Amino acid sequence: MARITAGVTTSHVPAIGAALDNGRSAEAYWSPVFAGYEFSKRWIAQARPDVVILVYNDHANAFSLDIVPTFAIGCAETFRPADEGWGPRPVPTVHGHPEFAAHLAQSVIQQDFDLTIVNKMDVDHGLTVPLSLMFGQPAAWPVRVIPLAVNVVLYPPPSGRRCFELGRAIRRAVESFDENLNVQVWGTGGMSHQLQGPRAGLINKEWDNRWLDGLIDDPEALSRMPHIEYVREAGSEGIELVMWLLMRGALSPRVRLIHRFYHVPASNTAVGHVILEDTA
Amino acid sequence: MALDKPYADVPGTVIFDADQARKGYHLNQFAASLMKAENRERFKRDERAYLDEWPMTGAQKEAVLVRDYNRMIALGGNVYFLAKIFSTDGKSFQYAAALMTGMSQEAYAQMMLSGGRSADGNRYVGESPPKAQS
Repeated sequence: MARITAGVTTSHVPAIGAALDNGRSAEAYWSPVFAGYEFSKRWIAQARPDVVILVYNDHANAFSLDIVPTFAIGCAETFRPADEGWGPRPVPTVHGHPEFAAHLAQSVIQQDFDLTIVNKMDVDHGLTVPLSLMFGQPAAWPVRVIPLAVNVVLYPPPSGRRCFELGRAIRRAVESFDENLNVQVWGTGGMSHQLQGPRAGLINKEWDNRWLDGLIDDPEALSRMPHIEYVREAGSEGIELVMWLLMRGALSPRVRLIHRFYHVPASNTAVGHVILEDTA
Repeated sequence: MALDKPYADVPGTVIFDADQARKGYHLNQFAASLMKAENRERFKRDERAYLDEWPMTGAQKEAVLVRDYNRMIALGGNVYFLAKIFSTDGKSFQYAAALMTGMSQEAYAQMMLSGGRSADGNRYVGESPPKAQS
């Protein structure tokens, strides 16, 4: 059967992708960011997941305001890197797992989570920057990826609680798939940041780190945090953190902390990164 | 009954909710059109003519022409859509963020290197600023 073995969370700042793509990762500004992922690259080379269920948000690239799905699962064979306004990132095409994705969709819909099925979409930096951070710059991604897009652009996003519960439903769905697959769930976005208005640049290191403590040890309580606390404490785009709760819901209640990294700044954003292994 | 909007008193922040999205629909869709290289070319060649193809308000078009991002946001723009405009100009998120705060890009970048804008004094409209650190 398929099994969730680990969860990864990471910020997905577009400037990180640009730094890597333009050969600037060794610069003094960027090297501390990439240093936080050196361990992670070694770890994932050992962990060798077959499939990553990658929870991310689209940034007005696959979805315009014509259609805004709250939760959308990518069931296609392949997903191309999106042209976000400056040409697509020079990274490999992302390969999905249509059969597994269809199974997950069917299973969680039957558990009352009404996912939108997407059979054709491009994937933006929200999905490709985490792949770059974890795998570097390979000629092909060494893993299949099932994109799970969460709306955090048009308010209100789903609640932290809803995301956490969807994670639990995904765990049940994974465990009912017959093929032997080593599955990881990644939650991306965050941490504190605000990209708009006179309050842009907000960072809240203390809050972010308390939030990370909660994510690891008491996600049940953390999942009940209302949206407004994210907006006030972590900036209007800090709300992306609800996607990390989706990852956490998919893991066992107790987890093994493998790696924890926090750095300010990457462009406008606080970078957070955690690796958790399942203990069930 | 009106929806509760507890985020209305967060200073310097417009939450992109359904009301904003309705106001900004054409502005945002215009911006999204700049994801195509041929549209970026046409926009750069004659911005006014390209904008006139969209049923946007005069105020929205003016805000785009002068690149007043705070104004675009007040008129229903969302930063991820507006990003297509500054990307077309070859500008970064940090450039746009600095512009919206009224700081120079250098001063803004320095603020970020020093740990960013504190949440203290920035949670509620009218909240007193944080005490100076000694």
